[in-house]
Formats: sequence, structure tokens, C-alpha cells
Amino acid sequence: MKRRNLMKGAVLAATLAMGASPALAQDAEKKIIGVSIPSATHGFMGGLNWHAQDTITRLGKAYPNLEFVLATAGDAAKQVNDIEDMMATRNIDGLVVLPFESEPLTAPVKAVKEAGKFVTVVDRGLSEEGIEDLYVAGDNTAFGRVAGEYFKGNLKPGSKIVVLRGIPTTLDNERVEAFQKALEGSEVEILDMQHGNWNRDDAFTVMQDYLSKYPQIDAVWAADDDMAIGVMEAISAANRTDEMWVIGGAGMKEIIKRIMEGDKQLPVNVTYPPALISSAIEMTALRFVSNAPMTGRFIIGSQLITPENAEQFYYPDSPF
Amino acid sequence: MRRLNLHTLGPIVALIALVILGAMLNPAFLAPANITNVLARSAFIGMIAVGMTFVITSGGLDLSVGSMAAFLAGVAIMAMNAVAPALGVHWGTILIGMGVALLGGLAAGWLNGALVTKARIEPFIVTLGTMGIFRSLVTWLADGGTLSLQSGLRTLYRPVYYGGIGWITWPIITFAVVAIIGEWMMRHSRFGRHVEAIGSNERVARYSAIDVNRVKLMTYVLLGLLVGLAVVLYVPRLGSASGSTGVLWELEAIAAVIIGGTALKGGTGRVWGTVVGVLILSLIDNILNLADLVSPYLNGAIQGVIIVLAVVLQREKSAADER
Repeated sequence: MKRRNLMKGAVLAATLAMGASPALAQDAEKKIIGVSIPSATHGFMGGLNWHAQDTITRLGKAYPNLEFVLATAGDAAKQVNDIEDMMATRNIDGLVVLPFESEPLTAPVKAVKEAGKFVTVVDRGLSEEGIEDLYVAGDNTAFGRVAGEYFKGNLKPGSKIVVLRGIPTTLDNERVEAFQKALEGSEVEILDMQHGNWNRDDAFTVMQDYLSKYPQIDAVWAADDDMAIGVMEAISAANRTDEMWVIGGAGMKEIIKRIMEGDKQLPVNVTYPPALISSAIEMTALRFVSNAPMTGRFIIGSQLITPENAEQFYYPDSPF
Repeated sequence: MRRLNLHTLGPIVALIALVILGAMLNPAFLAPANITNVLARSAFIGMIAVGMTFVITSGGLDLSVGSMAAFLAGVAIMAMNAVAPALGVHWGTILIGMGVALLGGLAAGWLNGALVTKARIEPFIVTLGTMGIFRSLVTWLADGGTLSLQSGLRTLYRPVYYGGIGWITWPIITFAVVAIIGEWMMRHSRFGRHVEAIGSNERVARYSAIDVNRVKLMTYVLLGLLVGLAVVLYVPRLGSASGSTGVLWELEAIAAVIIGGTALKGGTGRVWGTVVGVLILSLIDNILNLADLVSPYLNGAIQGVIIVLAVVLQREKSAADER
């Protein structure tokens, strides 16, 4: 577990930035915002961690009266401990939390809310409604639907596709259901759906077996860019690169780069930006430094990345 | 004598049953391409499991191998990327990467072994600790993301996984060689005898003038080296390493060793059994992917049942032998 106090004493820059804010007078005292996220166990979470740290460093410079406490947890139990520690030892004023799992985190986050703190929940909802002040999330239904619509619009009737699913979760179910629904009415046949667990090696193995099993595959929905990398490697080892294209998801920089270059095997991608944590931290910070209302639900849409617009989704510095 | 044969042949019978089942469910199962896939993907766990057989036979355990593989893969990739500008895209660069993986494996194995034998800490605790350390180090090196080999080197290095003699690719050849040498070492070398002696009774082994600590240390070093060798063949497959590389490899390797008839408490080691165990584990996965037998949610349950069954059958027969 890492715990960093990322308050940077960039007083000068901050004074300039804050000079005109009307809310400054009442908020001159220090406000502490706790940020609790899962640790960087796979590509997407790695990107999310990077964006979280990046945002905290930047906001710490911009608003000298804000202090951030970042904790990353490898499992739900540890995350509960982190949040309890933040309440007990750091006396936080606001909490930004991306729950590892919904159920076990609901009660601890509720306790934070009942203590009168501002609570922002990111991406995975709690199992009880109405706890959080602000909810920031990607749109899993749109993630599946946008991909499904692309398949429907770009495949001939009678085409056959295979699907790789993620780690069995509600999030994965929402995506796959929306994908299947978008394909309804087309004559595209889904041959198989197995779990690749958002992991390159697992996806490689599953795709190898698909290739052994099915003589005709016209396209693959890998549903995640890590899985797309494993899938493409398996396809190229079987010398079937020209037969099928692959759609990943989430916008990994290597994939975006290949889309920018017009790679035929990777025609498009669907966003599910790890930078959504930045939106959440940023909006929570605004709650303490401005009068702008910051409560409600903020759903970040899933967009189709094409060779034409790929450049605006390319973050070369992010690890993801 | 006949009963003994049945007991030792248990895993082979299970393997043959799985092959027949696979062939019945899907004709593509016996296609050369599928056989190559299954054997090549068994090779990583396979080589690690051969080393694990020695560690477990001597009464030890190593939980760190999966994390160690991820860490070594990360370090080897970084080393190759670092020397590439100086040496260019060249086999020399790749040999340096291979050297880093193998030497790193030796060093990591020595660290585990030294902590067990010199610092006298339980192997379970030592390797639980190093498991966490290696896993965190690779995540840290990758900045939470993925370490990727630059594309020129990848193209050059790729045939080490995908190439070979006909459809028998290099990982399969290496795995076979490692298995044969391992089997010979366990059966016929002094080292193998000492390992078994220590596993059955460490005190008696010590009184018999066996350098117990040295032999134990060597089992961990051997395992580390084999992890390094697995990494040499793993890196060209996807050309990348991340925090999610090699997750749970340690448990797969231990399961393969136990399915193969090696006792978890030590004393009896059977390298060929381990090889069969590894093949059983990969075949289960392969068959579940090739045939839509059950909901994919239940794949793990099927694997669990087969693992437990394979061991139960053996144990019953072995109990009957002892009676």
C-alpha cells in the first residue's frame, strides 16, 4: 500500500491561480480530500492510478488550501482499513472512492457520509442508493452498445464473430448484454463467449482455442485493449491476420497509436477512459474551492475512436 | 506389483482419458496446431513445476515463482530496451536479455534458499514474502502499466516462442529436455537421492553426512534458474510484462507436482508425474474452451473437481498398498 501526502507547497503559483476566487475567504482554512482507489493490478487500473497521481499533483499546486491523501488498496478489506484510517488520523473533509467491490464498501462509505463529509463515488456504485453526494462513472451499457453497433454496421449478414469476456462481474455483464442487444436483428452470429479476464495471457490462450475450433471467424470483440493485444498475437501466430479484425476497448495508448496509423486489423476502439478518476477528483476539489454546485450524477459517455479522431484520445505519457 | 503399477500409472490414465474425451468432443482437438498450442503453453508452468518437484521433494515450498517470473520478465525487457540503442537490433541484445533472466533467476532462487537455510525461516513464510516483493517490484518498474519490448527486438525474438523444428516449437523442445534431465537427476544422480533423503527425514539425512543446507539451497537455485528459463521463452510470446503476468503460476505448478504423485510433505519425487500433471491442467483448460460443455462461469469448478479426483484416486491406491 502506498500512502502519499501530495500537498505541494507551490504557494506562489497557487496565489496567482486563486486570486480572483470569491469562495476563498471562507475556505482559507485547509481542507483535506482523501482519495481511495484499487492498486495498479492491470493495465486499466495502472492508467487510473497514473491519472489520479497526476491530477493530485496538479490540484495541489493550483489550490494551496487543499491537501490530498492518496491510498491504493489491493483488496476490499484493505480499502475499508484505508478509509477508516483517513477518518481517524487525517480527519478528511471529502472522500473520493472507487470501491473495489460494492457490497463491502457500502457501510464504511456510509459512515463517512454520516460524519458529514462530502462523498464522491467513482465508477462502481455502492449497493445502497443515495449515500454519495456525487457519482462519476463510465457508461458500461454504451461501451457494449457502441461496439455492437459498429459490428452490426460493418459486417455482412452471415458473418461469424467471437467474444472475449472480462472478469465475471456485473460490469462485464452490462457490457455484454448491451453488445448482444445492439447486434439483435442483424444476421451476425456470435460463435462463442469465454472469459479472458482482462488479461493478455488468458486472452491469448482463449483466442488460440477459438482459432482451433472455428474455421471461419470474421471479427473479434476483445472488449479490452489488454485482451486485444493477446488476441492479435494468437491470430498472427495462426497466420490468419487477414481474415478478421479486432475491436478492443478503453483506449490503451499503443492501440490508439495503431488506429491513428490506420491499421486494418484495428479499425476502431471504444473509450472507457481511466482518466474518469481525474474528473471525480477535480469536481470534488471544486466543491471546496468554488461555489459551483457539484452534487448529482456525472456519466462519461463511451465514444467511438476512429482513425480521424484518434489523436485527441492519445496520452503518450500515461502508462496505459 | 500390479497394484503398485496402477497407483503410479494413475495420472497417465487420467491424461489418456482426457485426450480421448477431447478427441470425441471436437475433431480439431487432435490437429497438430492445437497440440502445438497446448504443449507450448504448458512449457512455462512445466519447467517451473519440474524445479518445484525438487523443492517439494526436499520438504520445501516456493510460492514466489509466479511473481518471480513476472519480475524477471520485466527486468529482462528493460535490460534489452536499455542496451538496444548501443548494440542495435541484434541477437547480441537478445542474448543479454536472456542472460539477465537466467542470472536473475539464479539470484532470486539463491535469495529464497539462503533465507530458508541460513536465516532458518519457514519456506512458506520466506516465499510468501518474496512473492509480494517481486510482484510489487514489477508493478513499480512498469509504473502500474505494462513493460513492452521495442518492436524491432520483438520481431527478431519472436521465433524463439513460435518457431522450431516443424510443428515442434522451441518451448516444447526445451520443456522436453528439462523434463528428461530432471527425471534423470531425481532418479540417478546423487543430488536427487539426497533431495529425497532430506524430504523423508532431515535428521537422518544430516547424520548420514549429507550437507542438508547446501542441497536445500541448490533446490531453490535450480528452481530459480528454471523460472529464468521459462521467462526466456515467455517474453517472445507477447513481448510484454505487467503486474498481472504469471498470476497464480505458483499454485498451478504446485498442483501439477501433487497431481503427478509427489508428496506435498516431501520424500518422494516423480518428475515424469509432474510433466503429466502439467499436461492434465492445460488439457482441461483447452477442452473446456473447445467444447461448450458448461457455462464458462463453472470452468474453475471443473478444474477443481478433476484436480481433487486425480489426487484422491492416487491416494486411495497408495493407502491400499501400505495396508
